[in-house]
Amino acid sequence: MSDTARDRILERLRNAPRQEAPRPDAPASTAADPDRGARVGRLKSLLEAMRTEVHVLPAAEWIPRLREVLQARAIKTLLYAPETGLGAALAEARQQDAAGLPELVAYSETVESFKERIFAVDAAVTTAAGAVADTGALILRPTRAEPRLMSLVPPVHIAVLAAEAIHPSLSEAMQDGRWSADMPTNLLLISGPSKTADIELTLAFGVHGPKELIVFILDD
Amino acid sequence: MANEPFENNVDRALADAQLRKNFAFAMGNFILKRRAVFSDAEQTERLRTIGHAIKQRALSRLPELLEQLEAACTRNGIRVHWAETTAVGNRIVLEIIESHAAARVVKGKSMVSEEMHLNAFLANHGIEAIETDLGEFIIQLNGETPSHIIVPAIHKNKAQIAQIFHEKVAGAPYTEEVAELNAIARNTLRRKFYEAGIGLSGVNFAVAETGTLCLVENEGNGRMCTTVPPVHIAVMGLEKVVERLEDLPPLLRLLTGSATGQLVTTYVNLITSPRREGEKDGPQEVHLVILDNGRSRIYQDPQLRQTLQCVRCGTCLNHCPVYTRIGGHAYGFVYPGPIGKILTPQVEGLEKAGTLAFASSLCGACEEVCPVKIPIPALLRRLRDESYSSAPESSVPGRGCKQNWAERLAWKGWAFLNTHPRLNRLTTALLGLVGDYLPPAGPLERWMRYRSEPKFAPRSLHRRIREEGIADE
Ligand code: SF4
Repeated sequence: MSDTARDRILERLRNAPRQEAPRPDAPASTAADPDRGARVGRLKSLLEAMRTEVHVLPAAEWIPRLREVLQARAIKTLLYAPETGLGAALAEARQQDAAGLPELVAYSETVESFKERIFAVDAAVTTAAGAVADTGALILRPTRAEPRLMSLVPPVHIAVLAAEAIHPSLSEAMQDGRWSADMPTNLLLISGPSKTADIELTLAFGVHGPKELIVFILDD
Repeated sequence: MANEPFENNVDRALADAQLRKNFAFAMGNFILKRRAVFSDAEQTERLRTIGHAIKQRALSRLPELLEQLEAACTRNGIRVHWAETTAVGNRIVLEIIESHAAARVVKGKSMVSEEMHLNAFLANHGIEAIETDLGEFIIQLNGETPSHIIVPAIHKNKAQIAQIFHEKVAGAPYTEEVAELNAIARNTLRRKFYEAGIGLSGVNFAVAETGTLCLVENEGNGRMCTTVPPVHIAVMGLEKVVERLEDLPPLLRLLTGSATGQLVTTYVNLITSPRREGEKDGPQEVHLVILDNGRSRIYQDPQLRQTLQCVRCGTCLNHCPVYTRIGGHAYGFVYPGPIGKILTPQVEGLEKAGTLAFASSLCGACEEVCPVKIPIPALLRRLRDESYSSAPESSVPGRGCKQNWAERLAWKGWAFLNTHPRLNRLTTALLGLVGDYLPPAGPLERWMRYRSEPKFAPRSLHRRIREEGIADE
């Protein structure tokens, strides 16, 4: 039986004295369940406190606002996911007004042939699957259509979030979304641009991940 | 410094004014930040109670949860490896790297890989392991080890780091601007992420229910290491397993609040599988190396087992009056501060590392702030006892190593004096007369090197009570 490291380790653990079943966990502190407006407000202020630019606006207005945001930063190439609803809307907007939006770079190949491009684009835009109000974080569930590197490699990450997808807390997001039944390859919480305090605890932004995080909260 | 006596390390650290200044500043800052995020004492206490219960529950089912984790990971396509010792762990990592003919590994911050001394091992086999966490990057450039488990380069100030970058990074100008130092690291490492064939990381929590690895960080280098290279190797101590996904929210709150005073880290990275069919990026292979290295032995003892609740937040370091004054390197082992004092002697044995258990004033600050309520002072006292114990049932390596006839005789004499009233009266009276003139020699000299001389009362308490009676209020 005990002929592999695994078996020997597990056997030692099994032979250790059993401890009485510990008391059940104290009930989790139920976060006050603020209404949608309060959730949007809290998320916005927490993200802003972490140097994130947040725009709360009706769905119809986000692309025009995106145009301004990108122009202000002189962004020339924007990585996007053509197969998502968001991507389709962007492609259409660009078709109608080629001058207003930067060049759209579609993430449509595997990273093996596309890496150089990803490391060279100025910005990327992704969907946020949801958000958590109490600690202030976006939930990203990268998919086949919207791969993982989009929110990581380009220096500017733009995330688009529906206001109704903001959960009061992470626990509630997990329960409502039944995460445990269906975990994607990678699931992320993102609460701001990349940062560090490793030098004299001085906060500096934009270490290895995006230097800027810009969030559009669509609230109709 | 592991080879030098602890006391020499302490003397050297205490004499280093710059080091003490760097630590005093940083630790004071950490204490304030933690206090700000845990401002509601009642709520914090509730949260700690939950954290403690979750980790206790996980430990009470540790073998089952590890099997469940293995099964779930395997189902998800993550390959699980088991290592009883750090030597075996290193071998496993090396074999994976060699099977991909990779020459370079990019590393996210991992204390377990420090415990394995993985970088040195890989270097001996011609493989370059590049630390990518800014703090780790700094100390790797300078050939040092971490002095803190969360902020590894905290013993260095800006000017020292500027000098290191200027000397060790090709083409780097001398600058004390944190943003510029940051940019130098970013530019240097971006290329490495792009090229590396293997990414290596630690694990903060491993969820048995879903086979998910949870990693927290602020810089994004951890995500780079676990997402860009075609192969990801995660190493974890076997105590990192938790039962359910829903255990994570309170643990994350406790970990980040305690470690850096944040509500949430910039990134919480939940990895459940390698790249799936049809996905465009992410590693094709994910390996999980589960390390024992003495943990299953620690697990044998119901009291000492609590050591394994630790989530490596480092807040016990920040609040420790000893750590704050001597810094991390003086401890001479990978894990410094209070957690190191209880963990290292149990892993390395009391002969080699038992002194650490005595390097504490037992002030109790660590236990007060520990997010999972590890009774560190009680465990320190237990390890001190173990150093003198001859109980055969104990599982602590090196137990009884401090036993010696002189001390045993002294305590026998002490017991004899104090169980014979007449003798006791005689000696207390005597000490009252001459105690203050005792020459500081022998054990007394050692004792008084760091402590003020004991003052003996001219009349003993017993005598005063007899003569004066007890005043009620
Ligand atoms: S012992 Fe407690 S306070 Fe210290 S690092 Fe571990 S969890 Fe944190």
